[in-house]
Amino acid sequence: MGAGMKNTFDGIEPLVHKSQISVPYHWWAGETASRFFVELRDTTKIMGTRCDGCGKTFVPPRKTCPVCFTENTEWVECGPFGTVTSFTVVRKQQEALHHKVPVIFALVLLDGADTSLLHRLDEVSPEDVKIGMKVEASFNETRDANMTAIAYFKPAS
Amino acid sequence: MERAAIIGTGMTKIESAKHTETFADMAWEAVNKALDDAGMTIDDVDNVVTTSNDFWDGRTISCMAVGDASGASHKNVSCVEGDGTFGAFYGLSRALSGSYGTTLVTAHSKGSESISSLITNASFDPIYDRWLGMDMISASAMQANAYMERTGTTSEQLAMVSVKNHGNAVKNPLSQLPMSISVEDVLGSEMISDPLHKLDCSPVSDACCAIIIANESRVPAYSGHPVWIKGAAFCSDAYFLGDRDISRAKALTEAAKKAFSMAGITNPSKEIQVAEIYDAFTYQELMWLEEMGLCESGTAGSMLEKGEFDIEGRLPVNPSGGLLGGHPVIAAGLIRIVEIVKQLRKEAGEYQVDAKRGLAHGVNGLCGQSHCVWVLDSEG
Amino acid sequence: MGKNRVAIVGTGQTFHKSHRPDVNGQELINEAVQAALKDADMKINDIDAVVIGNMDHFEGINYVDCWSVDGSGGVMRPIIKLTTGGTTGSTLAIGGYHLVGSGLFDKVLVIGWEKNSESDTTGAITPAFAPVWDRLVFAGAISGLAVEAQSYMAKYGATDKDGARVSVRDRKHACNNPHAQLRKEVSIEEVLESPVLADPIHLLDVCPRTDGACAVIMASEKYAEKIARTPDWIWGTANRHKYSYLGDVNWGELDSMAEAAGEMFEKCGIKEPRKEINVIEMYQPYSFAGIIWIEDMGIVERGKGAEYIWSGATDMGGELPINPSGGVIACNPIGATGLIRCAEAAMQVMGRAGDHQVPDVNHAVSTGFGGCMWTDILLHGKQKPQI
Repeated sequence: MGAGMKNTFDGIEPLVHKSQISVPYHWWAGETASRFFVELRDTTKIMGTRCDGCGKTFVPPRKTCPVCFTENTEWVECGPFGTVTSFTVVRKQQEALHHKVPVIFALVLLDGADTSLLHRLDEVSPEDVKIGMKVEASFNETRDANMTAIAYFKPAS
Repeated sequence: MERAAIIGTGMTKIESAKHTETFADMAWEAVNKALDDAGMTIDDVDNVVTTSNDFWDGRTISCMAVGDASGASHKNVSCVEGDGTFGAFYGLSRALSGSYGTTLVTAHSKGSESISSLITNASFDPIYDRWLGMDMISASAMQANAYMERTGTTSEQLAMVSVKNHGNAVKNPLSQLPMSISVEDVLGSEMISDPLHKLDCSPVSDACCAIIIANESRVPAYSGHPVWIKGAAFCSDAYFLGDRDISRAKALTEAAKKAFSMAGITNPSKEIQVAEIYDAFTYQELMWLEEMGLCESGTAGSMLEKGEFDIEGRLPVNPSGGLLGGHPVIAAGLIRIVEIVKQLRKEAGEYQVDAKRGLAHGVNGLCGQSHCVWVLDSEG
Repeated sequence: MGKNRVAIVGTGQTFHKSHRPDVNGQELINEAVQAALKDADMKINDIDAVVIGNMDHFEGINYVDCWSVDGSGGVMRPIIKLTTGGTTGSTLAIGGYHLVGSGLFDKVLVIGWEKNSESDTTGAITPAFAPVWDRLVFAGAISGLAVEAQSYMAKYGATDKDGARVSVRDRKHACNNPHAQLRKEVSIEEVLESPVLADPIHLLDVCPRTDGACAVIMASEKYAEKIARTPDWIWGTANRHKYSYLGDVNWGELDSMAEAAGEMFEKCGIKEPRKEINVIEMYQPYSFAGIIWIEDMGIVERGKGAEYIWSGATDMGGELPINPSGGVIACNPIGATGLIRCAEAAMQVMGRAGDHQVPDVNHAVSTGFGGCMWTDILLHGKQKPQI
């Protein structure tokens, strides 16, 4: 602040204006994501898309290959088993978290995929989670066409 | 690249909450300090680039809040949304393109005015990822685990970064968190998200920073002590965390390689004499040092143990206290640049190191998706 | 003016629509990028850097430049985001110009985009204004523009019929632009009978909400002539972004346009814009702006805007066509809109504007508008500029 202003605030309590930005959103998933979600809901299949150029299979699926820049036309079934490539256990409740801590987040490289899916682990105690452990998708009984169709990943039986 | 120098710098103190200052007040302070430092008036500034983020500021068109206080009136201006190192890069390009001779670059945020968990959760993909309720801390914790798994770096070594940087902050009057702590203090602090304890994490702070870049022809016109820009480059990796090997930072390796090449540096670990890098979390300091080639992969932890990155060490890293000492998002990278300028001008007071050539680094996005690297030299 | 010459060598746009449920944001971006690469006959690996922008709160995604790399071509490439509200699109064009002009990059891909259907536009614009002083009284962009129109009408006697004539012009022009969103003509009567949003602005006086993306490829002189037969040379740029509080605005005259256009024409050696400019793509978010802002640009004298429009001078076939693309009233994906003006001006210079081509274009002007009555302006040319 400029030198002349320094004494201006003596004895004055700074006011705080509380507000919130309220912008409701609905994001178009697009045809590619929509197909992925519909499969999760209707057939409990986890589908990825494959690039003809580099041969990479993307989960979540991508309409175009980010590197080759061509359209991915082939759909490939992946999982339901996979490997944990990294994880964390959240111990302190954060504002963005919906679940109560401890919550285990993990990147899961599904069988058949070349990219890992970000999700949650459950039915396992945090101490037993290891990078490289085998897990499988656990689907909800009743499912919506979105990521929550998979409730979580659990240790592979 | 044609020659250009940083001829003025200014910044506010980094604080947890600046109750009596608006964004414009912070900009006014930083900009005036930079002008004084350069021996310039606002009329000597040909154009202005501000750097800010709409989410962090809670303002659509966040540049509008600071434009006037940054001298935008009657000038050509623009705004970069991203870390201050990126804003400075664009400012540099505007000083080199022939249209302008001097660019004022500012960067600010007031982390105290929002809930950081929600702000960083908003950078997750709304269709596939955001529903999980992750934020910058949980994502970074996942990266820390992957990095530690690959390199064998330990929690104790991470804690030593915190001890070093908070300790360095004691000597920096502008830092927010000067603290004399021990490894036990860090490991005993509350666990936020495995493996990151509270003292492994930087705070969320308020501050504003400003620099003035001049192309070679304009440097002599002002009294500001020039620090020369020898290299500057940036690069982004893939977005989805699962698309990347998050124990690596390919984009940083690429950006650093390019910046070193521009500066004619062939052996960075020997030729860089001081570094201010983006330590939003302790593991990041070690990981970025390795990935940018300032030490071999997997060796940063043991080099830290030997004291090589201390202020008295072979390659002082974050002598200012880094982000662990105070982390105003967006301004963070520009402050790294300012700290190197201070070092090369021998104006760093109690945390002065002996260096002629330094590196400043900034990051955008989750888990270091996008990096910007600057190489600065006291000589042209 | 730049010391290194920069030219636009290719452009691409999506076919803009009110909503695009078939794609998410980065897929929308990819469509425009692929179109631009095709126009320039280039591959993504030919691109040295990407500059991208939108208005964050319209899509609700933080660090959107990071998020959209799959579609923008930003994977393992330098990517940087510029954003300045409504002027974002033209700010991006100016950004590409400096990044190439500096010599730091040779070929830069510039992308502007918006998926307005995903949010509440007014809800997202209102937080642009100061939370303590202005936000509680501000009622969205339209109210601000209505104040401008009222001020001008009070000074110069214009009426809402004059505004309607501009809408009629632009909506007719849009019929020849396959990319435009609204491609149906309107009549003066239809405009005046459409619901009043904020006096004197009727529904058909203003822009729609659009999902769309635009990409422009800029190249240094070394590459420009190898890539495009007729590159569009950027002669100069200027902008003014001031007025942070609503009470500071000089309503009824667009000072930022007068200053920015004045600076640009002067440094580029344009002495009589009305004679030397062959086409203008103006970021004109509502009809009255088409009357007021051409006065501020120096095309006609103060108060003479409406007369000039009624003479047909700014229609296709007239002496100085404005918005041959149909402009913003026919299509407004906000973060893209300013860049679309730049792309359309480039298409005019390059001879690639198809059914809405203006003949013999030597110089074109594109502008951006937004924020608190801000202006960006660019001068395009078929000849190489002196440097």
